[in-house]
Amino acid sequence: MIEVKDLTKRYGPITAVDNISFRVERGEILGFLGPNGAGKTTTMRVITGYMPPTEGRVIVAGFDVLDQPIDAKKRTGYLPETPPLYPDMTVRDYLLFVAAIKNVPRVNRKAKVDQTLERARVTDMADRYCWKLSKGYRQRVGIAQALIHDPDVLVLDEPTAGLDPKQIIETRQLIKDLAGDHTIVLSTHILPEVSQTCQRVVIINKGQVVAVDTPDNLTAQVGNSEVVYLKIDTLGTNVTPTLAAVPGVTNIFTTETNGTVVSFQVETQQGDDNRQQLAAAVINQGSGLLELRPMQVSLEEVFLSLITEEAPEESVLEGNHE
Amino acid sequence: MNNILAIAKKELHYYFGSPIGWVVIGLFTTLFGLFFLPGLSFFLQQSLSVMSMGAGAPPMNVNQHLIGPSIGNMAVTLLLVLPIVTMRTFSEEKRSGTIELLLTSPITDVEIIFGKFIAAMGLYAAMLAATLIPIVALYAFGTPEWKPLLTTYLGIFLFGGCFISLGLFISSRTKNQIIAAMWTFAMFLMLWIINWGASFMGPMSQAVVNYLALVDHLEDFTRGIIDTEHLIYYLSFIAFGLFLTVRSMDSERWRG
Repeated sequence: MIEVKDLTKRYGPITAVDNISFRVERGEILGFLGPNGAGKTTTMRVITGYMPPTEGRVIVAGFDVLDQPIDAKKRTGYLPETPPLYPDMTVRDYLLFVAAIKNVPRVNRKAKVDQTLERARVTDMADRYCWKLSKGYRQRVGIAQALIHDPDVLVLDEPTAGLDPKQIIETRQLIKDLAGDHTIVLSTHILPEVSQTCQRVVIINKGQVVAVDTPDNLTAQVGNSEVVYLKIDTLGTNVTPTLAAVPGVTNIFTTETNGTVVSFQVETQQGDDNRQQLAAAVINQGSGLLELRPMQVSLEEVFLSLITEEAPEESVLEGNHE
Repeated sequence: MNNILAIAKKELHYYFGSPIGWVVIGLFTTLFGLFFLPGLSFFLQQSLSVMSMGAGAPPMNVNQHLIGPSIGNMAVTLLLVLPIVTMRTFSEEKRSGTIELLLTSPITDVEIIFGKFIAAMGLYAAMLAATLIPIVALYAFGTPEWKPLLTTYLGIFLFGGCFISLGLFISSRTKNQIIAAMWTFAMFLMLWIINWGASFMGPMSQAVVNYLALVDHLEDFTRGIIDTEHLIYYLSFIAFGLFLTVRSMDSERWRG
């Protein structure tokens, strides 16, 4: 549905996006993840036809955004980082205007606006002026605006930025509900968001793609060992040898000592689940087992390890070219 | 065409849905009235003295001695008012980010620019229409000729069109409305006074600056003459301003 081929975007001497390529399949939600200034917004602006690429091609729904911009734009909905609202218009008037410039036929415009208000859950604000809306509603009207012409492709730039936790959950649910009918690309620098909403992740840093995979595969890829967290009341004994004796254990760290209560991180080989043996060993030795849980490698760690591993020699500072 | 109208409608909604359009029309007509009233009193006084001179003296002409000078004064007012009409057209869209909506919608730059131009001309036409009220009132007391009146308004309409097209271009260059207004004002003041030093120049440059001087082309219109030279000057000025706006949007797009 979206194909980005060798895309490069330069602003004068600054390279914001450096030769990136990826594909998004129909009906998929793709997460676009990266620190601020990584080139996420620039990439999205090229996909939506806001600005042309310096090099490379972007094909949306079969249309090249540079050669057939009107056809590509008819099939794209875009929510920029700041929802593009006109403060002096009511939500309904605003959506009627957007419907007009997105080529929704005049006869269906009213019905389409009502339907979109419903989908984005802003019906109760339909006759408010945009300048009176709260941040959460602005964001929803922004999503409504992107949806109004039933685009094949939805591009959402940080759709949950600046929302309160309840609104974040609602927005994520809204996005999930939209998948299937629409192919969605969303950018964020919040990692849990990606694991919760996206089927595939593109990690981008300093304008380059660092990884493309499912959130699960990425997590698995980084840890080649599994870690179990243990909190033990040792009663003054030394439990380290006992733990080391458990089959599969490769490494032991003491993370915290508080009197006789000691916390351990025990690394085992990938695929070995020896939590039962660990628990048995501790209890047989006579110590008190207070806590035992597997530690998951979070996307955060994946992300950090990927962007530090790939830390490139070139040091083009990107500044605020978002 | 539908896209142009959609943009124009949105712009008119902005002008007339907010106080801006009404304030501009109100102040503009007030200023026009303040110029018109002393003009009218002076005209009446002169007419009386001419009449007292007896049959030999040439009669005063309403079009030439009242409406013409009033329109001249109106042109000065436009110099101050029209930059305020155009300053926000693109600057505000850029600053608030709504330009992203326009540029990612299936409409062309030309459609956006035409839509905005038509809406600004619409507001300007409403401003001019309001100034017709005192002039139409003259028909109750006399018989001004309507043909020169029509050409006068055609001239001033085109004259304002030049301001608006160049104002759009300047607004498309900056995010700052104040800077857009200042530039527009300064550019037109320059084009206004460009030939003031003409008599000190050589014949060639004298001809050039005289041709460029914006307000001089208005004079024939106020006398009831539609000279193609002046018509072409204004129309090509408008076309050039719009062309510059198209180029400017395109270059902004590439620059990002």
